[in-house]
Amino acid sequence: MSRKPYVREVPKTTWYFRQGRYMRYMGREVTCIFVGAYALFLLVAIKRLSEGRAAYEAFLEGLSSPAGILFQVVTLIFVLYHATSWFNLTPKAMPVQRGEQFLPGGVIVGAHYAGWVVVSLVVLFLAGVF
Amino acid sequence: MMEKIQTDVAIVGAGGAGLRAAIALAEADPKLRISLISKVYPMRSHTCAAEGGAAGVIKPDDSMDLHFNDTVGGGDWLCDQDAVEYFIKEAPKELTQLEHWGCPWSREADGSVAVRPFGGMKIKRTWFAADKTGFHLLHTLFQTSLKYPSIQRFDEHYATDLLVDAGRCQGLTAIEMRSGQLRQFQAKAVIITTGGAGRMFPFTTNGAIKTGDGMAMAYRAGVSLKDMEFVQYHPTGLPNTGILLTEGCRGEGGILVNKHNYRYLQDYGMGPETPIGQPVLKTMELGPRDRLSQAFWHEQKKGNTVPTPWGDCVLLDMRHLGEKLIDERLPFVRELATSYLQKDPVHEPIPIRPVVHYMMGGIHTDINAATVLPGLFAAGECACVTINGANRLGSNSLTELLVFGKRAALSAVEYIGSGVTPNDAAITKQAERVQGRIRTLFEKSGGTESISGLRKEMTDSMEEHAGIYRTAEGLQSACAKIGELRLRYADIELHDKTNVYNTDLLQALELGAMLDCAEAVAVGALERKESRGAHQRLDFEARDDQNYLKHTLAHYHPNEPPRIEYLDVVITKSQPSVRDYSGAKK
Amino acid sequence: MSERQIQLEVLRYNPETDSEPRFQTYSVPCEAEWVVLDALNYVKDHLDTTLSYRWSCHMAVCGSCGMMINGEPTLSCKAFLRDYPDTIRVEPLVHFPIERDLVTVIDDFMEKLNRVKPYLIPKEARTIAEGEYRQSPAELKRFKQYTLCINCMLCYSACPEYGLIPDFIGPAAIALAHRYNSDSRDGGREQRQQVIATKEGVWECSFVGACSEVCPKHVDPAAALQQVKIASTVDWYKEHLMPWGKS
Repeated sequence: MSRKPYVREVPKTTWYFRQGRYMRYMGREVTCIFVGAYALFLLVAIKRLSEGRAAYEAFLEGLSSPAGILFQVVTLIFVLYHATSWFNLTPKAMPVQRGEQFLPGGVIVGAHYAGWVVVSLVVLFLAGVF
Repeated sequence: MMEKIQTDVAIVGAGGAGLRAAIALAEADPKLRISLISKVYPMRSHTCAAEGGAAGVIKPDDSMDLHFNDTVGGGDWLCDQDAVEYFIKEAPKELTQLEHWGCPWSREADGSVAVRPFGGMKIKRTWFAADKTGFHLLHTLFQTSLKYPSIQRFDEHYATDLLVDAGRCQGLTAIEMRSGQLRQFQAKAVIITTGGAGRMFPFTTNGAIKTGDGMAMAYRAGVSLKDMEFVQYHPTGLPNTGILLTEGCRGEGGILVNKHNYRYLQDYGMGPETPIGQPVLKTMELGPRDRLSQAFWHEQKKGNTVPTPWGDCVLLDMRHLGEKLIDERLPFVRELATSYLQKDPVHEPIPIRPVVHYMMGGIHTDINAATVLPGLFAAGECACVTINGANRLGSNSLTELLVFGKRAALSAVEYIGSGVTPNDAAITKQAERVQGRIRTLFEKSGGTESISGLRKEMTDSMEEHAGIYRTAEGLQSACAKIGELRLRYADIELHDKTNVYNTDLLQALELGAMLDCAEAVAVGALERKESRGAHQRLDFEARDDQNYLKHTLAHYHPNEPPRIEYLDVVITKSQPSVRDYSGAKK
Repeated sequence: MSERQIQLEVLRYNPETDSEPRFQTYSVPCEAEWVVLDALNYVKDHLDTTLSYRWSCHMAVCGSCGMMINGEPTLSCKAFLRDYPDTIRVEPLVHFPIERDLVTVIDDFMEKLNRVKPYLIPKEARTIAEGEYRQSPAELKRFKQYTLCINCMLCYSACPEYGLIPDFIGPAAIALAHRYNSDSRDGGREQRQQVIATKEGVWECSFVGACSEVCPKHVDPAAALQQVKIASTVDWYKEHLMPWGKS
């Protein structure tokens, strides 16, 4: 037989450099590291709280340091990117059909933002901001 | 050693007709070994390009008689009426069967299948799946065929020759394209479903694969080609590419105007003018394809066409249909016109001109899809039963490939029930001869002719002399040219000497097939000294029922023009009369 | 008609003489409205008859002519030269073995398509005499977009998961399974779920979304896969958490 199909190997570790959309995807995936980091950070906060007032106040002071602020700003940006990028994908995963037509994607995305706002208000209310 | 494949039924061509035949065989007897052989993967078959719809009587205001009359009159009385009656009776069943297999037919609000108006039809009876009916039909059939393990597919195998011994067709040879190896299929029966040969013309809606391979294969094996001179021009093709804009455009209410913004069809026996946006069946824009294409030719002669960079055009205006209806019922048309011509039908009229679309003629079969060669059957565009006569009505061909695809399968089952078996020794010897011939073509050096050069001379000659209007003089020169090209074909040299996926070799074989078909078209047209349906002679302008209410049969000769014979048309209940597409008395 | 000279860099591979693919450049005089496929046809007819590639309909419906054009999976019959620079690089679709030149081996897809049972498994049988199933325009619309797949393989070429994990059933095949699952006439969902709601089915998909971006027919296979994920997650909870769920 004269057949000899040629297989082009996909680079196992650098494949995402091949296309802009793969980079964007990896960017979206990387944001979860920051979501995880912030979850850890909250756990540390609870631990400090359990260790007593002094430990917790020292922890809060650390938050106000330049490094602490930088950490929070960077995390906020990535978490926002994480949330919006996923919200923007929800119309694909959860189409809603009303009669013959599908709800426009904007409505579904908007509903997620609205839900986000409501949850945030509840949290702020519980925190005694109002 | 050539590989031999033993099978019960070999089907060549895996478009709509081939797949329908394969499924019918598998359902008729699960023990049958079925080989489905195609030069492309089934979903690439050209059935996928059909847009408008498939005709079948289903609505209460319709009747079998009305569909019969439309079809026979549309075909200018060259249809075999017994075949038309069978076709019309089976049509709704086949379309319903497709529905049961999942075809996404467009629907009415009550959930029943919707129908749309089509050219030459007196009643709305065209089932449609938006404007991709052929595509959905093909994919429904292909996907359904996957249910049946007895259907063994041989994708990307190019069939070259039928193997005939003792007056029976007993198999075929085909090149496995990925290896370049010739395989021998030993079959009790063979069904050809390879589609048309529109690529013999330069400007066609037909895909690259439509090169008349199956027609030529049967022709060379001694089965005559019938009514080949009837070549359908579709009136609405995009001028730069030949891409089809479905008749559904006019069915939904699109109008045709010339450069004076005048609906010129009213000047060609299809008037009076109907209100814009309210199409009236069987008149004006809903006249038959042959009449519309001929009207274009006259408008061009009168200087009423619109000059464009791609030649003279008329305009298809759909703006009054509105964006919503166009997007719902003609989305593909909008996509095609917008991308390939950069004109959006929602906002501007689309320049169009007639384009070669369909072969009414083909392998001579009877009403049972059987050829004169025992063991050989044919269905779909490659075959000529004939239900289409001198001019096919839009939306009859998709239905035809279902009805006669199934019919061919049932006939084949009946035939092999008589206990025929292939004669191994005899057909193996033949297959070896085929192998030798192909090897010679493959290895030969020192040729002076190129495939693309000969192809261009063929398509130019066909367009110039065997187009919408024909003359004896023009056809004689076409016959002489094709005859000459057939001789020069022997001097082709292949530059590609690789076995694997050698498209150079395939194009050479395809060119050979097209030349054979083209000669049958040109000679048939020259001999038919009348005008009927899609065959219009400037030197014989009238229909001549006295002498030519007959089918043309072209018999192959290896190095001379075909011998022409005639066969009476079967008439059961409709005597030839005047084709009237005026709206006056409607 | 204005002419433009295009440098067409085509990846060539002859399995009988080459150990690996190489680029060959053709200088092609092109008309303004041509697509890349027209340029390839020019090469085939006038410059080099040995070039192999698949094509047929030239109207973006047969799905034959998918290629990498300047690195992007594209139907060459719909790649208008007006959208490209004067040098255009054409390669066979990635993630598929090269049979020869621009022709790839797609056996893997054909096998996977077969596996997902892409045909109607009727909820209730019906004879031809009983006529068609009733299906409202809304029920049709629910799955219609997933019927539009032309099997052109662009999505497989765009999908990095398929490139890395060849067992992944992939976008087009799963979208077709979802098409039948969503059809009001169909009752075969459970059979198909066994194939697609699995690791090599939807759970190999990490929602890169590239498949939908390159799809020439706007099928949006990524959406289909996410919908299958959500539906099969709901199935799992129903089965494991609900006291009345199936055991």
